[in-house]
Amino acid sequence: MRYLPLSDADRSEMLQVIGAGSIDDLFRDVPADLRLKGPIEGLPMHASEMAVERHMTALSRKNMVAGEAPFFLGCGAYRHHVPASVDHIIQRGEYLTSYTPYQPEIAQGTLQMLFEFQTQVARLLGCEVANASMYDGSTAMWEAIVMAHRITRRNRTIISSGVHPHYVGVARTMAKFTEDKLQASLPELTGETDAEKLIAAIDGETSAVVVQYPDILGRIVDLAPIAEAAHAAGALLIAVVTEPVALGLIKSPGEMGADIVVGEGQSIGVGLQFGGPYVGLFATRQKFVRQMPGRLAGETVDAEGKRGFVLTLSTREQHIRREKATSNICTNSGLCALAFSIHMSLLGEKGLRQLAQLNHARACEAAEQLETIPGVTVINESFFNEFTVNLPVEARPAVHAMVQKGVLGGVSLGRLYPGVDALKNGLVIAVTETSTSEDIAALKAALEEVVQ
Amino acid sequence: MTVNPSGWRPSAPANEQGEAQTVTGNRALMLEEPLLFEIGKTDQTGVDFAEMPERSSRIGSLERSKPIDLAGLSEPEAVRHYTRLSRQNYAIDLGLFPLGSCTMKHNPRLNEKVARLPGFADVHPLQPQETVQGALQVINELAFWLLDLTGMHGVAMSPKAGAHGELCGLLCIRAALEARGDKREVVLVPESAHGTNPATAAFAGYRVENIPANAAGRVDLDALKARLGPDVAAVMITNPNTCGLFEPDMKAISDAVHAAGAFVYCDGANFNAIVGKVRPGDLGIDAMHINLHKTFSTPHGGGGPGSGPVVLSEALAPYGPLPFAAKYPDGSYKMVEEENAGDEHPNAFGRMVAFHGQTGMFTRALAYILSHGADGLKQVAEDAVLNANYVLRSLEDVLDAPFAESGPCMHEAIFSDKGFAGGLSTIDLAKALIDEGFHPMTMYFPLVVHGAMLIEPTETESKAGLDQFIAAVRAIAERAKAGDQSLKGAPVHAPRRRLDETLAARKPILTYREPEPAQAAE
Repeated sequence: MRYLPLSDADRSEMLQVIGAGSIDDLFRDVPADLRLKGPIEGLPMHASEMAVERHMTALSRKNMVAGEAPFFLGCGAYRHHVPASVDHIIQRGEYLTSYTPYQPEIAQGTLQMLFEFQTQVARLLGCEVANASMYDGSTAMWEAIVMAHRITRRNRTIISSGVHPHYVGVARTMAKFTEDKLQASLPELTGETDAEKLIAAIDGETSAVVVQYPDILGRIVDLAPIAEAAHAAGALLIAVVTEPVALGLIKSPGEMGADIVVGEGQSIGVGLQFGGPYVGLFATRQKFVRQMPGRLAGETVDAEGKRGFVLTLSTREQHIRREKATSNICTNSGLCALAFSIHMSLLGEKGLRQLAQLNHARACEAAEQLETIPGVTVINESFFNEFTVNLPVEARPAVHAMVQKGVLGGVSLGRLYPGVDALKNGLVIAVTETSTSEDIAALKAALEEVVQ
Repeated sequence: MTVNPSGWRPSAPANEQGEAQTVTGNRALMLEEPLLFEIGKTDQTGVDFAEMPERSSRIGSLERSKPIDLAGLSEPEAVRHYTRLSRQNYAIDLGLFPLGSCTMKHNPRLNEKVARLPGFADVHPLQPQETVQGALQVINELAFWLLDLTGMHGVAMSPKAGAHGELCGLLCIRAALEARGDKREVVLVPESAHGTNPATAAFAGYRVENIPANAAGRVDLDALKARLGPDVAAVMITNPNTCGLFEPDMKAISDAVHAAGAFVYCDGANFNAIVGKVRPGDLGIDAMHINLHKTFSTPHGGGGPGSGPVVLSEALAPYGPLPFAAKYPDGSYKMVEEENAGDEHPNAFGRMVAFHGQTGMFTRALAYILSHGADGLKQVAEDAVLNANYVLRSLEDVLDAPFAESGPCMHEAIFSDKGFAGGLSTIDLAKALIDEGFHPMTMYFPLVVHGAMLIEPTETESKAGLDQFIAAVRAIAERAKAGDQSLKGAPVHAPRRRLDETLAARKPILTYREPEPAQAAE
């Protein structure tokens, strides 16, 4: 077996040193009647690298590859071009095959990278501090809600109707088992956001208001008035960013007064991968840092006075505080954070702004094209690289019909909000730098046919 | 002369050995590396874009006006920055990484290759299901083999890591109890448990109570039985436990827990010791997460991503979360989500993540399982246990081994610093191992052994590699028992000496701040 270095001679020599007659002697604590007598049934015997690769390749070919079709899906996961050097670097064994940096003297690579990642994330989201990552955007949002409860000692959360319904689903799941009160509602298929309704709903028991920016329909809501209203009532504003590239072009949530900003970092450096692994971003104010979940890398010095980095403030964490920890999170998303950080370093401010402008320009081009189709309207008053069109027909079958024409033409609101009549004609279309004018023309042609 | 005003590359003072200092602070292949923000510039970029098309803006009124202050690097600078940093990391690819309970085994590169096939890597989670049949089949096939290997009834694939899986398991238990109108408030956790166990139970709204271990390092069955009652929802057991020992009374524990109307949660972090040897389902376990990044060797990546599918008993399977991939008689696959769950899975407790879980890890784990096969996985467990026992018996005469008398260990061997002289403790031996070119073992965990050293070699270490490690530990242990104070200064050959963790926590610096102009001019 190619992954196992021990030879039979090694094994018997080692058994002798141990003083055991056979390998079974070492398993004697496992009751004999429960021990399997031979290799487990069902699973085939070991296979060559070639055979396994063949099987996996055959499975991969049953999928339609995003990059091989005109592709316009977003809603929490975006297809961007990732520079070749990103994937090269993250496959270096020193990153790929290292562990959580518990021994800082021999983990400065990971620790300095995390410190740089935290700085990039904090600056991008407009906050003072960021952690070393969460699992993904949806779990980061839930953790932010719980953190807000700890800070405000209240438990009523108002979730904007513009928050990704799967994110709301995660929060609802968790709230079922806690004392948390969540207030969530369905979006309306208009350009207007629910900002005013949110402000009106804030009261003295509100712990946090959660707003997605840009929202699930691509609308860009001004967070400042919501932050002001929340703060006036002693509540916090949690902003959720599922497309961080947008922040190259629009104001950061922190700048507008958000207290906790969470996000999905997949857009930068991490591919689509059918939903994971992704990387949760989590940033907040300095004064809340001891209430934060997750790992934190911090600067210090070594015994010779040289600058170095360590995991710090671990008295918040499960391995020290156990049942009193701020979160149960242990392993987070280190390698995806590395990919994010490398891609962001390659972009730099200049590149990020260009990337954001290019995304917006492509989306504007697509919106203009689609608006010319009779019966199709763009609902957004504002958008970044994702907008929603109202079709004269149901969007969900339209998406399947477009697949037949070789076009992956967006995410239907019927998929995200099954059974909601008022939303069934909505189609969310994301357009990134990877979409060409030919792709947009193909989308227009396909949509034109299927709405007739 | 100061090479870098930030002080990152001081001209190194000659150390005790009188090593010559260098101007740069570098020492041949050991290269210092400034922070990204000290070398990058906001107007530098390593990405070229085609010329921008002219378009009217539809961004609205919230256009960014303030700078973000993100440093950029050209591609050669970026590759060098991250390559230099990488060389300050220890890794399995470099040598033995015997962190107990963490299972640092070799990561086969085939698995990296298949995960990067465009048909897996470049597929959107919300693509219409007819376009993702292969991805759904991966999830379903892996689920099938996990059930085969564990003898359980159902599996929740979406949890993102072990601790997330623990939460999933407890939420299943909670849902099952609520379905029968049974309000129970307490989760029992052995003292030796991973910190995630009590943290998860608290997160899920339970009160945590500890149960003690007996002198042999196992759960005290009588104490457990005495505590069981109508208020106990679940018992969280790690098996093999964090002392590296199998709980021989596991079936009796499960029976007692079930008789009291509670459920058994098993922390499956150590499943690698028993995979292919015994099925958790046969031990009466109701829920167990499987760290794919441990047993099934998806890479740890410096702290994730993990992946924590949870296998469930017949009693809990109906409550497992959405979504999941189901296979239909016609050979097609379908994602069961909120809209169709009503017909097929009406009691699901809800959704744990936005999409389907760590699909990129599923492809790797499936390739790992198929590569090893039934015979290979059995050999994995046997070699892991053999290597750990070899370490145990090769060190028990120089290091205190608190449970050595109670028989063989499983995949990891536990020692303590009892007998060290001159105020030396576990950390000093661990740091000295760094100088010998090894990653240290897990230190001071589990809490039930004072000054614990938990060594997990894994099955992917050769005998020659273990012999070298054993020789190093023996030599350092002798020094520690003699009270050799030079150990306090270890490591001396690593990129950094011991780091001041107290300072880091007292005055947290968590992001880079540009030095004040006055300081920079010094």
